[in-house]
Amino acid sequence: MTTPLADVASSGATLRAFLHGLPGVDRVGADQRAKMLGTRSIKTTAKAEAIDLAIRMVDLTTLEGADTPGKVRAMCAKAAHPDPSDPSVPKVAAVCVYPDLVGLAVEALGGSGVKVASVATAFPSGRSSLEVKVADTALAVAAGADEIDMVIDRGAFLAGDYLKVYEEIVAIKAACGEAHLKVILETGELATYDNVRRASWLAMLAGGDFIKTSTGKVQPAATLPVTLIMLEAVRDFLAATGRKVGVKPAGGIRTTKDAIKMLVLVNETVGEGWLDPDWFRLGASTLLNDLLMQRQKMATGRYAGPDYFTLD
Amino acid sequence: MFEYAPAPESRDVVDIKPSYGLFIDGEFVDGTGAPFKTINPATEEALAEVAAASQADVDRAVQAARKAFGVWSAMPGSERAKYLFRIARIIQERSRELAVLETLDNGKPIREARDVDLPLVAAHFFYYAGWADKLGYAGYGPDPKPLGVAGQVIPWNFPLLMLAWKIAPALACGNTVVLKPAETTPLTALLFAEICRQADLPPGVVNIVTGAGETGAAVVNHPDVNKVAFTGSTEVGRLIARSVAGSGKKVTLELGGKAANIVFDDAAIDQAVEGIVDGIFFNQGHVCCAGSRLLVQESIAEELLESLKRRLARLRLGDPMDKNTDIGAINSAEQLARVRELSDIGEAEGAERWSPACTLPERGFWFPPTVFTGVAQSHRIARDEVFGPVLAMLTFRTPAEAVEKANNTPYGLSAGVWTEKGSRILWMADRLRAGVVWANTFNKFDPTSPFGGYKESGYGREGGRHGLEAYLDV
Repeated sequence: MTTPLADVASSGATLRAFLHGLPGVDRVGADQRAKMLGTRSIKTTAKAEAIDLAIRMVDLTTLEGADTPGKVRAMCAKAAHPDPSDPSVPKVAAVCVYPDLVGLAVEALGGSGVKVASVATAFPSGRSSLEVKVADTALAVAAGADEIDMVIDRGAFLAGDYLKVYEEIVAIKAACGEAHLKVILETGELATYDNVRRASWLAMLAGGDFIKTSTGKVQPAATLPVTLIMLEAVRDFLAATGRKVGVKPAGGIRTTKDAIKMLVLVNETVGEGWLDPDWFRLGASTLLNDLLMQRQKMATGRYAGPDYFTLD
Repeated sequence: MFEYAPAPESRDVVDIKPSYGLFIDGEFVDGTGAPFKTINPATEEALAEVAAASQADVDRAVQAARKAFGVWSAMPGSERAKYLFRIARIIQERSRELAVLETLDNGKPIREARDVDLPLVAAHFFYYAGWADKLGYAGYGPDPKPLGVAGQVIPWNFPLLMLAWKIAPALACGNTVVLKPAETTPLTALLFAEICRQADLPPGVVNIVTGAGETGAAVVNHPDVNKVAFTGSTEVGRLIARSVAGSGKKVTLELGGKAANIVFDDAAIDQAVEGIVDGIFFNQGHVCCAGSRLLVQESIAEELLESLKRRLARLRLGDPMDKNTDIGAINSAEQLARVRELSDIGEAEGAERWSPACTLPERGFWFPPTVFTGVAQSHRIARDEVFGPVLAMLTFRTPAEAVEKANNTPYGLSAGVWTEKGSRILWMADRLRAGVVWANTFNKFDPTSPFGGYKESGYGREGGRHGLEAYLDV
């Protein structure tokens, strides 16, 4: 890993040799480590801090065919002021929408500091031509997206055509311009942990600013072990290249408990350097209300009913 | 930035009495020896006063066991199974209480007592309960007979788990037992005695006699004991083997170890690092099968050491009752002195000593996780069992050299092999002289799997179908 990585993608063969030369991942061991970290007991002051940090890391997401301007505006309002009854609640990191709704979200969030992320590249399947994917990305960027969440071509990856996947990421990165690029691996379709590690490195080598587990449309999505392996990958990539890459688990993180387990994983795998919305995000649609509910419980000692938290 | 707030388990779930008697013939009775105190090694606070069994007390216990043997051995296996299943269920129901007591008396982290010890204890009783009415199918003849009274002496590292390893198979086979827990960790055995009463186990089937070495010697040497089972140091094991030689008693000994944990250059590195940590820092290294010798292929030694150090810096040492603690207290002042002595010798012999920055609590017995590099086979830290959180790292060049170095020890209890190559695992397992060879994992226990050693690690097997042989007249 001490060799310069510049030439790794000079051909399909060198890229393949590099990715297959990465240390393997033992499934049993990785599952066991993630499970053990899941037993950490985060209470009182630590829990309060973790909840606020988790809120600040949320990418509040709506990715439905039925998304409307009204729905997106409502979500943006919530992103900027998650709890109308408590102004001390921090705002979330970003909202995540489809490209055609980016302009609307940008307008709705103007000046709030909440970023707008857009999925792109024929999300969620990624089954289209590179031209279409680039155009999709350009559409979102032109509408003012701060961040692009692209999907990799899992078909090409599973067929062993790593160079195609690589070149696509490079092309999308170029189309992003100033926007940050998150690369969705869709780990549920990659199936093995070895593939997750290889895809992580591939995405980082190609210039991704973030690696993201899932689209949220495929199960399993953001499991603890998969997030653990991706965190190990960004840690090793930093050591090898000096470039820091962020991680975003997305899909299936619904409760405060799930979110805190993720933060523990970050804390004990890569350390506090990643405990920041710039380097770690939680992609979720329903998580936020549970965080708010637990936050209020910490402050008042009582659970309020679900009607005290807005449904958007 | 993200500091975990204290998350202590409540000690209110367990009711520790000021003093405990011996458990003989189904009753708690006073001992005639001088009582002793058992302390919490994490705080040095005295937990309770415990009776010491004299020779006469042991004699009473053996007589009670002998009397109960008639009833118990004549009972159909399916009936004995009911008692064992009942005990297993009560252990599950009271597992929190037992885990807290184990942590207080032993110093191990509550996370390990709760997630490792207690589930395994219950599993052992469930497993051997299942054998009680199927002994005719175990491969020892159609109707194998029990031996009689088993005298059992167990160590302090896994007090309740070692009790389960001894008592469950003995009772399933129709024997009765006199068990002596370790002097520093008697409390969970005494709570187990209470569970025997709760399960309506016939009086005398299980007798618990507490005390020090003399009490153990009295149990082992009692003329009416038919079977001796011991887990502990090789030194004491030798004494026992000598004293029972020619007596006709059946003996199993589970003694020390100096296991090699062998990491090849194609291993899954992150998981291998976890395995090394589990291998030597689980239970503060107070594990007879601990992976105390790390053998790393020289080509990845530096890289692996760096990963290992980074990982060790994340270990959380401190209050064993905190649910987030990874490394608890050393069990006794005596053991701490031994760990210190051998570590100092390691340094004096020229090995390089490293520990992560960590603050040790002021009270209690503590030793930081420690790694020695630049260790040679000839160093004492590569030969002697430290029985503490001390890892000796050595290197090898070829698989043959790894086998040679791994086997080059008077012990032979366990070994670990880390490689992504399945054929190499099998090749290594064929050649390693160790009772257990773990592949891409370490310190995994299961009641269905036999456990025991080669050479000075003892003889006989515990666990699995093989574990029945030790308690049957075959």
